[in-house]
Amino acid sequence: MKGIGVSPGIAIGRAFVIKKNAPATNGIVLKNQVEIVTEIERFDISVVNALGEIDAIKNSSQLMLNDDDIAILETQVELINDPQIREDVVAKIEAEKKTANDALIEVTAGIVALFESMDDEYMRARSADFQDIGNRILKYINRTGDTNARSFEPDTIVIADDLTPSDTITLDLNLVTGFATQAGSRTSHAAIIAKSKGLPAVVACGDELMTINHNDFIILDGLSGSVYVNPGEEIISRYSAKSDSFKQQSEVLKKVKDKPAITADGKQVTLLANISSADDLDMVHDNGGEGVGLFRTEMLFMDRDTFPDEEEQFEFYKKAVLQAKGKPVIIRTIDIGGDKHLSYFNLPAELNPFLGYRAIRISLDQEGLFMVQLKAILRASAFGAVSIMFPMISNVKEIRDAKLILNKAKTELTEAGIAFSEDVKVGIMVEIPSAAVTADILAKEVDFFSIGTNDLCQYTLAVDRMNEKITHLYDPFNPGVLRLILNVIEQGREHNLHVGMCGEMASDPLATLLLLGMGLEEFSMSAASIPAIKNIIINNTEAHAKQVCQQVMAMDSSENIIAYLKEITQ
Amino acid sequence: MITKDYIITSAQGMHARPATQLVKLAKGFKANTSLKKGDKTVKLNSLLNILSLSIKGGETVSVIMDGEDEVSVAVVIDDFFTKQLKEL
Repeated sequence: MKGIGVSPGIAIGRAFVIKKNAPATNGIVLKNQVEIVTEIERFDISVVNALGEIDAIKNSSQLMLNDDDIAILETQVELINDPQIREDVVAKIEAEKKTANDALIEVTAGIVALFESMDDEYMRARSADFQDIGNRILKYINRTGDTNARSFEPDTIVIADDLTPSDTITLDLNLVTGFATQAGSRTSHAAIIAKSKGLPAVVACGDELMTINHNDFIILDGLSGSVYVNPGEEIISRYSAKSDSFKQQSEVLKKVKDKPAITADGKQVTLLANISSADDLDMVHDNGGEGVGLFRTEMLFMDRDTFPDEEEQFEFYKKAVLQAKGKPVIIRTIDIGGDKHLSYFNLPAELNPFLGYRAIRISLDQEGLFMVQLKAILRASAFGAVSIMFPMISNVKEIRDAKLILNKAKTELTEAGIAFSEDVKVGIMVEIPSAAVTADILAKEVDFFSIGTNDLCQYTLAVDRMNEKITHLYDPFNPGVLRLILNVIEQGREHNLHVGMCGEMASDPLATLLLLGMGLEEFSMSAASIPAIKNIIINNTEAHAKQVCQQVMAMDSSENIIAYLKEITQ
Repeated sequence: MITKDYIITSAQGMHARPATQLVKLAKGFKANTSLKKGDKTVKLNSLLNILSLSIKGGETVSVIMDGEDEVSVAVVIDDFFTKQLKEL
């Protein structure tokens, strides 16, 4: 069966099934004022008892709680104590003559329904927390004092309809190797806890999950979301191997995740990520990315019928900027044309689309569209460290024209009294050979360069990336390409410019030392590649990288270069 | 009475953790404090009510403080929204 994998890893073990009884109303109508007062007191005493239980959990040395656990418990204390919840419960007891049990069940149901109807996924997931709070107090109203501390055999996989905050804290998770829940979402409590504890977990498995029996043999894959019940030998051995390699890999990656990317002789570089939307940023933070070196904006423009307006673009950029949590974000203006088309924007067929009407060429031609995007990006800059990057620059005039329009956008925003950051940096993609050769000229116009190796390689070697017959010629280690890259980095340094790279080459372990030796200080790549590249940087010296660079730049063919790099990287 | 507007600077908005923090802060003072988003106003002593506003990152809220120690509350609230919130 299949659910949503929310915390990667493989868990293999025996099922422990947790089934909960739904709370039931008793329908009793209170007869007089004395009963009403008694029921209100019953509620208040139950609240005190429920708080006492949380205190006991908080002070338990056995459970070894971390800061996240404590924060969850403090939230629970506030909710159990919530004056609004009490007011609603008391009103039901007094006005509708209901028992504390029924009043609380109804109030809880109302809150759960309210949160379930919210448009925000996080808030929807909180409905389970409120159900949990209701159940906690209810337990004392009915005096069924379940201490709910459970202990497990080693290698237990917990199977439950959903896991509430109190479940996940009181379960002895040290012996649990993973869990699967019937309900839940990516932001449900169970998912968050699983991630923070590094336990493989699958949520939203559906009703089928509850057909699992105690002690069934279970394999769950927290990445794909697959759950196997009593699988055959072949699946068991396949997943055992997967589990081992995952553990090894994550050990290495975990070690470097929070380390800065500094060589053994003290040279620091910045490792950034390429993203397409705000959703990618979780992965960036998880892999220790220091920000976003390339935010492709095309995704917002694809799969729709009209251009997104300024407001929609602003929301899209702002979301990513906020999600970056203060880390820098380089937003690239739209790069359509070439192989990327929009159904609602008529781009005539061209003989050579990669040499045609695309990227900045479209933006400068369609000033109205460009203005909308620039204003939206500028507005997002009020929420974090935003830079703007223009793609496909081939000469200095394009930069000057683009900056003129950018200034117009700023003036319009200022006149309208709309906030934006005054120090938005402006840079260009260096991906056309003319730009790479004239890096010294272009450097005077911008704050930073970002080398786009994919297009730079295709244009320098006159090789169409899409043509399968000539893929062998598409070769970033061609000395011609390498000389251009070196020139951009050297000219950038000469003019005190920040130089980064956001193409495939930045994530190629074979190229890391060479680029480091050339003086590249910023590598931007898919988030998943960051730990591996960081590992290389940490375990080498800048001095060694410089030697590698010297050697490579003296070689006459990419065959020799690749053979040499393979030999020193292995 | 003091009223101040704040932009929510945490990406996730007013999630359970920061909202808990805010309720605890407000409870330490005598002044009545409330939170306003759009046309809805709720008392700051109820976590349920704060969460029910579903405040997202980037949205603007107003805090209304009224009582003898309102000036001290304002200082603490200001610190919460401009500094602490980013780290929670």
